[in-house]
Amino acid sequence: MHSFGYRANAVLTFSVTILALICAIASISDNFNSPSPTATVQILNINRFLRKSNGDDEVGFTLDISADLQSLFTWNTKQVFVFLAAEYSTPKNSLNQVSLWDGIIPAKENAKFSVKIKNKYRFIDQGSNLRGRDFNMTLHWHVMPKTGKMFADKLVLPGFRLPESYR
Amino acid sequence: MGFIGDSIDSFKSLKIRHALEQVITLGMIVSSALIIWKFLMCVTGSESPVVVVLSESMEPAFQRGDILFLRMGEDPIRAGEIVVFNIDRREIPIVHRVIKVHERNDTKDIDVLTKGDNNDQDDRVLYAPGQQWLQHQHIMGRAVGFLPYVGYVTIIMTENPIIKYVLIGALGLLAITSKD
Repeated sequence: MHSFGYRANAVLTFSVTILALICAIASISDNFNSPSPTATVQILNINRFLRKSNGDDEVGFTLDISADLQSLFTWNTKQVFVFLAAEYSTPKNSLNQVSLWDGIIPAKENAKFSVKIKNKYRFIDQGSNLRGRDFNMTLHWHVMPKTGKMFADKLVLPGFRLPESYR
Repeated sequence: MGFIGDSIDSFKSLKIRHALEQVITLGMIVSSALIIWKFLMCVTGSESPVVVVLSESMEPAFQRGDILFLRMGEDPIRAGEIVVFNIDRREIPIVHRVIKVHERNDTKDIDVLTKGDNNDQDDRVLYAPGQQWLQHQHIMGRAVGFLPYVGYVTIIMTENPIIKYVLIGALGLLAITSKD
C-alpha cells in the first residue's frame, strides 16, 4: 500500500496539480492589468502608386510609426507582437485588412519605439479600387503570455486618404 | 479435504475477478480520455482542440513542443490572429499568423494570407500550386491559449516509436498488475 511507487505517484500528481494551478493563476493575473498604449502613424511619402499588369492596384509607402506599448507588459508576458494594418472597404469587399509592417517586442524596454520604414508587406488591393480611397491605419497588438490566455487589442487611427491619381 | 478445495476455488475465482476488474479499469481510462477529447471538440468547435507545435516558424512566440489550445468560434477571422490550417494534399496542419484579410461584401467569404513570424516570406510558397489565398474551409481553428513544453513528450514519441511502444507497454503492464 505504501510502496515506493505509490508515494512517487502521489508526489508527482500533487506537484503537477500545483504547477497547473500556478499557471492558471499567472494567466488570470493578467486580467488585472489595464493597459493604455498610445501610437501615431504618419505617411511620409508615397513611393509608388500604380495599377499592376493583372489589374490590381498597388501602393508603396514610407511610414513613420511611433508607439508606447510599455503598459502592455506584465510579469506573465513573453512578447508582444505588434503590426500595422491598412483597413478599408471597397464595393467588392466589406473589409480589407492589409498588414504593412510588423514587429516582435521581446521586453518592456523595447516597447517604446519610433521607426521610419517602407512597408514590409506589399499593399495590393483585390481589384482597382485604391484611387481616392479613405482608409484607417490600425495598430494591432497580440500579447503572448509565458503561459495561458493570449490577449489582443488595437488602436484605430482614422483619416487617411490615397491620392486621386497614380504616380 | 473439502475445506482446501473450497479455498483453492475461491482463490481462483478471485484471480479471474481481479483480472476482469483491471480490464474494466483500463477500459474506463481509455473511454474517459475519449470523452474528454470529444467534449473539447464540441465546446471549442474545432476538429482538433489541442495541437502541438512542430516547427520553428513561429519562434519566438511558439517553440517546438509547446501546446496550443484552439477554438473555432463564430467570429470572422481577422488579421493578426494565429490560425491552424490544412492545405489540400498536405498531411500536417500549419500554425501561422494571418497578415491579410479580404472579406466579400455579399457572401462574407474570406480570402486570407498567412505568414510565420520567423519566416521571411509569406505562405504562398507553402500553399497548393497556384493557390493565392486560404478560404474558410482550410482553417481548422485559431489559437487562444498556450502552455509551454508540455507537448515535447509527443514529439519524442513520434520521432522514436520504440520509446512510445515501451512506454505504452510499461503503462499497460502497470495498470494490469497493480494491486489496489
